Order: sequence, then C-alpha cells, then structure tokens
Amino acid sequence: MYSKKVLEHFQNPHNQGKMDDASAVGEDGSQACGDVVKFYLKVKNNIITDVMFETLGCAAAIASSSALTDMVKGKTIDEALKITKNQLIDELGGLPAPKLHCSVLGVDALHKAIENYKDQR
Amino acid sequence: MKKIYLDHSATTPVDKNVFKAMLPYFSDCFGNASSIHSFGADALTGTDKAREQVANYLHCGPSEVIFTSGATESDNLAIKGLIGALRERGVEKMHIITSIVEHDAVLEPCMEMVKTGIEVTYLPVKANGAVDAEEVRKAIKDNTVLVSIMWANSEVGAIMPIREIGKIIKKHNERKLKNWNNTRPKERGEKPTPIYFHSDATQAINFVQCDVNWNYVDMLSMSAHKIYGPKGVGAFYVKKGVPIKSLQRGGHQEGNLRSGTYNSSGIVGLGAAIVQLDKKNQEKDNKKVAKMRDLLVSEIEKNIPDAILNTDRKNSTPAHAHYSFPGAEGESVLLALDLEGIAVSTGSACSSGSLKASHVLIAMGIRTEIAHTSIRFTLGKHNTETDIRTVVKKLAPIIKRLRKMNPVYDK
Ligand code: FES
Repeated sequence: MYSKKVLEHFQNPHNQGKMDDASAVGEDGSQACGDVVKFYLKVKNNIITDVMFETLGCAAAIASSSALTDMVKGKTIDEALKITKNQLIDELGGLPAPKLHCSVLGVDALHKAIENYKDQR
Repeated sequence: MKKIYLDHSATTPVDKNVFKAMLPYFSDCFGNASSIHSFGADALTGTDKAREQVANYLHCGPSEVIFTSGATESDNLAIKGLIGALRERGVEKMHIITSIVEHDAVLEPCMEMVKTGIEVTYLPVKANGAVDAEEVRKAIKDNTVLVSIMWANSEVGAIMPIREIGKIIKKHNERKLKNWNNTRPKERGEKPTPIYFHSDATQAINFVQCDVNWNYVDMLSMSAHKIYGPKGVGAFYVKKGVPIKSLQRGGHQEGNLRSGTYNSSGIVGLGAAIVQLDKKNQEKDNKKVAKMRDLLVSEIEKNIPDAILNTDRKNSTPAHAHYSFPGAEGESVLLALDLEGIAVSTGSACSSGSLKASHVLIAMGIRTEIAHTSIRFTLGKHNTETDIRTVVKKLAPIIKRLRKMNPVYDK
C-alpha cells in the first residue's frame, strides 16, 4: 500500500537522530492517533544548514519526516515555511488516503521549530 | 526469503485434505443442491454430510445447523433475527447483554437494535480480557432476551466462561418459568420470554470443543476460514425452538432461514475442516501450538527489553501472544516485519481506519500509548521452532531501531 519511496525512507531514514547544538527545536503530536514528530534545526544567516528529526509513528509519519529533512536542507527559513503538505506527499510518491494526515505532523513540527527560532531572536 | 505467517487469527491456509475434499464440488458435483435431479442430489449429499460433521462437532442436531457466508452473517442472524422474530410475536421493550470486547459483527447489529428502541448493556472485561460471569448475572433484567458473549477474544485470545454464563441463564429461565407456572392463570400475564444465549465462537472453535449442549448455548456463530477451511462459508447453530426471523428472502433454503443457493464446495470444505478438530487431533495441535507460543514468549523475554505480554496464558487460546513494545508504534513494527516476510497484526490506532486504538485493549485497561505499540502474534499448526527463532531475531533490532527514533521514549 505504500510507495517505494515511502518504504525506502522508512527503512533508511535520512537525518534521523537528536541534535545537541540545535538553533531551534519544534515538536508536534497528532491528536488523531497519538504520534509525535520532533524537528531540530541549525540555522545560519537564515539558512537551514542542518536538520534532524525524531518520530514516533507509522511508516508514513517516519517517511514524511525523513523526506522533509531532505527538502529543507540548504533552504532559507522562509523558503522552508512555504513547503506544503501536498509537495511533501508528491515527493513521497503519494500516500494512502488514511495516511494523508501523517504528513501534516512533519510540516507542523518544522513550522514550530522555525517559529521557535524566530521567537528567540 | 521464507515467509512466516503469524496471523492465524485473521485467517488460516486451507488444509490440503480440506482442499481435496472440496475439489469434486466445483466441476463434477456442480449441481444445485436444491435441484431434484441427480446432479442436485450429488451436491446435496455433500452438504448433508457436512451438516452432520458440523452437528457432530457442536453436539447438536443436523437440522440445527444453518450454513451461512461466515460468522459475520451468523452474528447478524442471531441478533437481528432473534429480535425481529420476538418483535413479530409482540414482545416489546427488549434488553440485550453483550460485552465491550465483542467483534464488530456483534457490536454493530446491537447498535442498530438500539436505534429501534432496544436497550443494550455492554459488559466490561477483567484485565485479562475475559468477561466475569458474575457481571452477566448482575446485568440480567426482567426484559433481557439475549446474551451474546464471544467464546474467545480475537485480539488477546482470552477464553470466556461460556458454561458458567450458560448455567446462569438457564437457571434464570427456569426460575422465571416456575414462577409463572405457579401463578394463577388469571393473575399471570403472557408466558415469559426466556433469555437466549448466543456465542460468537469464531476464534475458539479451532481450540476448544464447543459443545453447545454442555455449555447451554442456544446460538453459535463460526467461520470455516479460521479452522483451515475456505473463506466465505460458515455456520450458524440455532437450537430447535429459538425464534429467528430470516434476514434475506428468496430461494427458501435452510427452512427459509437463509435463502441463497448452497455454496456446496465451501460447505463441504467446512465439514472437512471441522472433522479435523476431533478431540485427539485438537489436543495434539493445541499442545504443539502452545509449545511454539511459549517459545516465542521466552525468546522475546530474553531478547527484547521492556516487552509487555497482554495475553494471559492461563486463560487463552494456545495460539495467542499479544504484546506491547512501548516506544515502538505497532504499524511500523508490522510493516518492518512484513518487509522481512513476517506477517503479524496490530491494534495500533495508526492502522485502524478510525485512528482509534483497539477497543479491546482499552477495555482491558491498557493505556492508549501502550495500545499504540501492540503486536498480535497468532500461531498456527504449521509454524516451526525455526520460524519462531527467526521472528524474534528479526523483531529485536526493529524494536530497538524504532525506539531509538522516538522523541518521547526514554532511551
Ligand atoms: S502516525 Fe499514526 S497514522 Fe500515521
């Protein structure tokens, strides 16, 4: 039921782990099923130079988080804010209908991290 | 990669002997069992034999066995059929007792009945997933007409105290009738409607001799595909005298109770599958499966820290080992195992269409976060020791990896 891309990210997630010296952290949980995504950002001159994630959730949530880290690395924070859940879903080669909400988790966690970053300054 | 199947509660492979018994009924004895000619008679011989085989297993009369498309239909027939028939007889304000851990095939017809003015009591379960028979006694009201309790729970495998419940109901019915008999005809109302006892035995039939007589059961549902038989066929046992209104009309099969051309190959398969459950065979298979299950439990204990066994092995089918692996979401575990060729199931909210954790686990008092990490292993008679060891070998690193990814798990 999952695309090849999703399975790849699920088996070998990119940028997965904790970051001790993050510029900002954002976390979001799903009301619906009880899952959590956490994003760590390192920002220099408004550019996201490094990013890591941790996720508790289904394969769609893990793959979404992983793909999103690839998408934001090297982008400015404003560019990163513009990434929509649909772009992310396209990047993953689609998600099964009941799993569409899982992609929101990652996007929201990223937004929270960026907000936190902006707040700090 | 050798695939390993540990999801026998979902369905089982068709046994070779069952398959062999079914084969002639596709193209050779293809007749319509309701036809009078020899083609029909040949098909009828097959279905008649199967009816006897099912009746022998359940310890009832052949005429008390109705063939259906499976337990879902049987459950619907039991609940809606009984209530419909009683309603036609003028019984009003009826009350049903069931449990919160029933299959949706029981729960949803009950909810449908609620909409028509029927009152339903949903009994809780103990921490091990079993209903307490005392709770049934306490829930009985004057207008109770049906108690529907599953024989074994599909998720954790808990066996319900069916005989005890059956006895409670029987005594209640006898007392009520006696009181009525001892009341002056002028003063007493209509003859009291007894409480009928239905049990969905889908998950139990493979492991427990479901003797309806000994257990005081009036109606029973089962599916062939859980006992190494074919899908799409099952049986409904209904004791002589229990009023049932059919749910579908047409060809008048099964004494008008279940219209529709006999699925003769399937029915023959059901008969052939149930014959294999004779006491000796069943005991042998139960022992074998329990041994594999216990090996799985001890291997998990040795290799995976912080694993919670939700199945109470002292009161469960021999096939069930239901686990929670806190910190590792169930659907992810399932998928990771699947990529290794291993099939299990999960009660995680992520894998349910409704995004709600399994109602059974919640009813057992398991917290949602823990239910979220649940994996159900249900073993079958073909699983080997190597299978089990392979599963745990693959499972341990998967749990470790998912826990490591989890932002809220204390590593
Ligand atoms: S994270 Fe729960 S369904 Fe995807």
